[in-house]
Amino acid sequence: MEPYKKHESIAALMDRSNVDTDQIIPKQFLKRVERSGFGVHLFHDWRFNDDGSDNAEFELNKPAFKGAKILVAGDNFGCGSSREHAPWAIADYGFNTIISTSYADIFYNNCFKNGILAIKVNKEQLDKLMAEISSNEGVRFVVDLENQQVITPAGNGFTFDIDPFRKSNLLSGLDDIGLTLKHVDKITEYEKHHKETYPWLWA
Amino acid sequence: MKKTMYEKILDSHLVVDEAGQAPLIYVDRHLMHEVTSPQAFEGLRLSGRKVRNPHSILATMDHCVPTKNRDLPIADPIARKQIETMAENCRENGLNLYDMKNPNNGVIHVVVPEHGFVHPGMVVVCGDSHTATHGAFGALAFGIGTSEVEHVMATQTLPQKKSKTMQVIVNGELSKYASAKDIALAITGKIGTAGGTGYVIEYTGSAIKALSMEGRMTLCNMAIEAGARAGLVAPDEKTYEYLKGREFAPYGQHWDQALAYWKTLPSDEGAVFDATVTLDAADIAPQVSWGTSPEQVVGVDGVVPAPESFDDEIKRKACEGALAYMGLTPNTKITDIPVDLVFIGSCTNGRIEDFRIAAQIAKGTKVAKGVTAIAVPGSYHVKQQAEEEGLDKIFIDAGWEWRDPGCSMCLAMNGDELTKGQRSASTSNRNFEGRQGKGGRTHLVSPAMAAAAAAAGHFVDIRNL
Repeated sequence: MEPYKKHESIAALMDRSNVDTDQIIPKQFLKRVERSGFGVHLFHDWRFNDDGSDNAEFELNKPAFKGAKILVAGDNFGCGSSREHAPWAIADYGFNTIISTSYADIFYNNCFKNGILAIKVNKEQLDKLMAEISSNEGVRFVVDLENQQVITPAGNGFTFDIDPFRKSNLLSGLDDIGLTLKHVDKITEYEKHHKETYPWLWA
Repeated sequence: MKKTMYEKILDSHLVVDEAGQAPLIYVDRHLMHEVTSPQAFEGLRLSGRKVRNPHSILATMDHCVPTKNRDLPIADPIARKQIETMAENCRENGLNLYDMKNPNNGVIHVVVPEHGFVHPGMVVVCGDSHTATHGAFGALAFGIGTSEVEHVMATQTLPQKKSKTMQVIVNGELSKYASAKDIALAITGKIGTAGGTGYVIEYTGSAIKALSMEGRMTLCNMAIEAGARAGLVAPDEKTYEYLKGREFAPYGQHWDQALAYWKTLPSDEGAVFDATVTLDAADIAPQVSWGTSPEQVVGVDGVVPAPESFDDEIKRKACEGALAYMGLTPNTKITDIPVDLVFIGSCTNGRIEDFRIAAQIAKGTKVAKGVTAIAVPGSYHVKQQAEEEGLDKIFIDAGWEWRDPGCSMCLAMNGDELTKGQRSASTSNRNFEGRQGKGGRTHLVSPAMAAAAAAAGHFVDIRNL
């Protein structure tokens, strides 16, 4: 995983709530056995017309949002299926930051495993950010994870809360499994206790 | 301290709890299918890590598998590769796989209970949000992402922050033909698809206790549709009766030990939940979803709502979008909505009880003109049982297709799908845009409602049958 660095980027606006992972990456693209190559299919059914051309009505197809790394979206982003293909597609497309009021649990976890910072803001903050983008499409925000800050040109910046463990993993790009395996002795010890307490599970 | 069942299970699985880190919990059972595992195996290979406990894993092939002409090679080369990769990964790591040709094959969340692989008090994970199903046994069961699948394979543990607890109490008696599916949809309608986010739900009350194990599985399966990662039902005599004698259930002296432990699991009297929601079963009419989110549901005796009927601006906008996608007009009676395709199956409603009730309704009827109706058993065992009871004949005589098991039209990855504008009555769990095929329009219903719609060509209030 790439370490997450402070950056200034275009913020794209997706003013929809309950965006589900079936939309983020439709099921016809879940058959690959690799982690890569999902970005071209991100939001496929919304993004492309039936003939394969770009759907000009779809927000992320706006020229002003090309190259955006920040996605600002409505409530309960990422609900539905647990497919990690969703954050793989989001990251592969180029986003490394999502800002919303709320996320579905599994999707939220999956983001941090793939170097995506999912920031939670309150409704009022979100409305301000959305208004700023709407009135100035192509506007660039600064995201500073170290200081837990977002800065915007119109002064709608804010500080955000984040779990310190998630933060340090994103900043260092550390592998979760490696961290857990530092506790391998404790896992072995627990298993011993587990076998004694629940012998039927090991029969 | 008085504890909820969730807290008891979590506490007994705590491996490491250090400040500044999410607690590390032990995983007893790991379920797998072909779609969310290949990248996890690839990760293990690249890092030179091994599967820590192969016996904790049970794998099946379900999402991509065809439900007819199973003897032919899979036509889609990418799906075929995914299936072959699954077989190779399981062989290489010594895992128990019920592949497409195995008589135990079926949808993972149908197969696992059939073999008694999940018991009360376990922690169970799978790269699949409908893992919540197994909460029906009083196990803490939840969906995880592929990175976590790799994590569990390598370490048998998972970092897990503690969830909040929500008690959903459903008392009273369900009306004729209303089912666990209708309870699940009614709950989602009441609290919304984000209502359970951050919570583990425990379902309780007389209507829940009255449900069969199959019904409890249907209910817990859809906990995720209300945003909760897991749903739980306290184990009781029905649970023990169901498990006894199954392949992976404890036996002999171990059975007695296990049973004594299971009886300690239900939430303590007076344990405190962070939230409580109450429903009266008698108020739950058979449900039909009208929109593109499982919270957009109404009783079959209702009408398609108008956007103006929602005070909340977000809900109003969601209603507008959903009606446009679904091709519906406000105030249309639900019973006036025609259907083109009927699907009975999935990890939500692909069990024997579902086919029994559907067959009862379908018996002596004919599928309406222009309607396609397919019955897809959740497993080969369900299929066999149904055939022993003669249910297949009832469906076939009524003009239904009787298929081989798989996820099929629940997510339409295997070629079974709606075409643009087609409208389904489906016993699956999600009505998201395009879920059953691009431009397809899904109405979520119970098996009884689906069978009645197949015969009439539109939704029917089955309470009047």
